[in-house]
Amino acid sequence: MEEVVFFVAALGALGGAIAVIALRNPFYSVLALVVHLFSLAALFLLLQAEFAAAAQIVVYAGAVMVLYVFVVAYVGGVEEPTWEPIPGQRLLAPLLGLALFVELSIAVLGSSLAALGTGGPEVEAGFGTPEAIGRLLLEKFLVPFEAASLLLLLATVGAVVLAARRKKAGAAA
Amino acid sequence: MTTEWYIVLSALLFATGASGVLIRRSPVVILLCLELMLNAGNLALIAFSRMVGNEEGQVFALIVMVVAACEVVVGLGLIVAIFRRRLPLNVDDLRELRG
Repeated sequence: MEEVVFFVAALGALGGAIAVIALRNPFYSVLALVVHLFSLAALFLLLQAEFAAAAQIVVYAGAVMVLYVFVVAYVGGVEEPTWEPIPGQRLLAPLLGLALFVELSIAVLGSSLAALGTGGPEVEAGFGTPEAIGRLLLEKFLVPFEAASLLLLLATVGAVVLAARRKKAGAAA
Repeated sequence: MTTEWYIVLSALLFATGASGVLIRRSPVVILLCLELMLNAGNLALIAFSRMVGNEEGQVFALIVMVVAACEVVVGLGLIVAIFRRRLPLNVDDLRELRG
């Protein structure tokens, strides 16, 4: 059963990823990324990361993707020219990607980590629940948690400053 | 399923995202490909967290999600600003900073 779910979710994630880079219309790319994110959430559930899966769906597939859809609708579908600045770019790039994959696989599988071939140790029932993650975030990782909230605030202010409509040429943004 | 499967899948997704950044010219799609790579990293983090039997990797993945959300917000703000100035939305034409 676990294998079936894994392979279905892995196919969804990989198919979504390939569709993101292969579809010419940016709007379809965004929709393909939503498929990819839902498949990844299923994989997170298989790895007993319940809270991460929920955050993936709510934050990513919900909020971030809506932002993308709005921007794509605002900017409009921009047709990419078929002209290539580097000759053979469309052939060369997948080859480089394949080389990267082979390199990463060699690095991981050649690391002789004994636990790689196992499914991990047996964990108790509360592994990865919002309660466990919340305890870690508010006790052990309080400083990174607060730094992340500050970073979110900075990004929001920065985006407003960047995208705000200028009233006059000399007026403040 | 053993951890190897998840790690190999994560490497495959990362390579897909990296090839996308190399192939595509539209800044919106390049941002989407960055998302692919960050998500591949998240998958590896959560798989390793399960392998060790410790939730700290999941906390790391959540922080990565926060950073990714910030990156998206700023990146899309830049794209909107580029569009407002009637500049071409093509990373090959935006080369003013190039020496």
